[in-house]
Amino acid sequence: MIRVRGLTKSYNGHKVLDGIDLDIEKGERIVIIGPSGTGKSTLLRTLNFLEQPDAGTIGFDDLNIDVAKAKVKEIQQLRLHTAFVFQNYALFANKTARENIAEGLHVVRGVSKSEALARADAILGEIGLADRADAYPSALSGGQQQRVGIGRAMASHVDLMLVDEPTSALDPEWVEEVLQLMGKVAAAHQTMLIVTHEMRFARDIADRVLFMEGGRIVEQGPPEKIFTAPADPRLQQFLRKVLPD
Amino acid sequence: MRALDFDYMLGLVPVLLKYVPLTLGMASVSMLLALVLSCLLAIVRVLKVPVVDPFTGLFISFFRGTPLLVQLFLFYYGLPQLFPSLTALDGISAAVIGLTLHFSAYMAESIRAAILGVDRSQWEAARSIGMREGQMMRRIVLPQAARIAAPTLVNYFIDLIKSTSLAFTLGVTELMGATQKEAAGSFLYFESFIVVAVFYWVMVEALSLVQGQLEQRLGKAVQR
Repeated sequence: MIRVRGLTKSYNGHKVLDGIDLDIEKGERIVIIGPSGTGKSTLLRTLNFLEQPDAGTIGFDDLNIDVAKAKVKEIQQLRLHTAFVFQNYALFANKTARENIAEGLHVVRGVSKSEALARADAILGEIGLADRADAYPSALSGGQQQRVGIGRAMASHVDLMLVDEPTSALDPEWVEEVLQLMGKVAAAHQTMLIVTHEMRFARDIADRVLFMEGGRIVEQGPPEKIFTAPADPRLQQFLRKVLPD
Repeated sequence: MRALDFDYMLGLVPVLLKYVPLTLGMASVSMLLALVLSCLLAIVRVLKVPVVDPFTGLFISFFRGTPLLVQLFLFYYGLPQLFPSLTALDGISAAVIGLTLHFSAYMAESIRAAILGVDRSQWEAARSIGMREGQMMRRIVLPQAARIAAPTLVNYFIDLIKSTSLAFTLGVTELMGATQKEAAGSFLYFESFIVVAVFYWVMVEALSLVQGQLEQRLGKAVQR
């Protein structure tokens, strides 16, 4: 289980995260929804220290970090427990699709190079890109790049996959293939924390939906409840805006 | 105007050719050392490494802010007066050290700019998979910065090749020194120096050919 307590983050005196408490069960798929600028992405980014949180604790089974006093080594360890899927894919531009997936296994986790490449090939098969193994990111479509991005996150079998708006930067034609792959990863019981604006996808995939506003989790529950019987007026208003009638 | 002595010029070619290896050798060794040093300087500056960072700033400021010739004289004629053990430093070594320090200061700034030109998402992706800062620099950031910096660095290499001629002022008989000696013997100054000018020109042009191939190789990942 993953435990987050009292996580806060401010930019120039403006509180972006205002005391986040969150427990995540193993295998749980949590989707975060909410208006823009309410701290959804910041929450994901602080959970693996792409942004340094100001205060709070983050705990994995064998690791409990007081974020204000986190040492470099602890941050490193925390990152080994998590994997990040970026909105803009962020594939290594100087590495092929196969190398992008193998890189972390080989360089960070000490898997031999041949083994890492073999595992990368297996993942390329799973994400349907076996024939693009040697292509550099610049030669891949947005959808293909994001699938490799997800493949890179799959490779390490982490405790928690952090997925930040995986389809927001995509042309509409590529959205479906990425959502399908996300569904496949979710079906394999990967623990995930996903920020998305795709409400249908959220409803289909989530065990639990969190609604964030003003840097806080305002309401949470199973998708049936959140989408059909929202309690908080701010959530009701948000859903009226984003859901077609 | 008197006629040019073409026979003398042709005769000079094989004489000067013997000094090309020394000139290119000094330039290549200085360039390699300067590349290593400038990468370290640039990384210290970019990551704002505590304690060392202000010193790299001072280093770059000094070696960019003073003439190369002054630096060479300082190393070769000046320092041994303070440290007698340095008297053993020969002209070639002094020239290589001077050229390395001088050009590494310039190159560090180019490489720093190139590193900052690598998209932030590349840094974040490297950190997100748990890479340490050194691994991130070596495997992800520097290879991409190399592509950005390559044209400028080749420019510095060209400048460096030509600057080896200053080693002649430290008593090194390299291409320029040899030409000076030949000219002093024959009194054919124009013929001698136009021949050596062509020597430098040809070396630099040959390097420009390599530049195209280098840029193509470094750009492999971004070609569609």
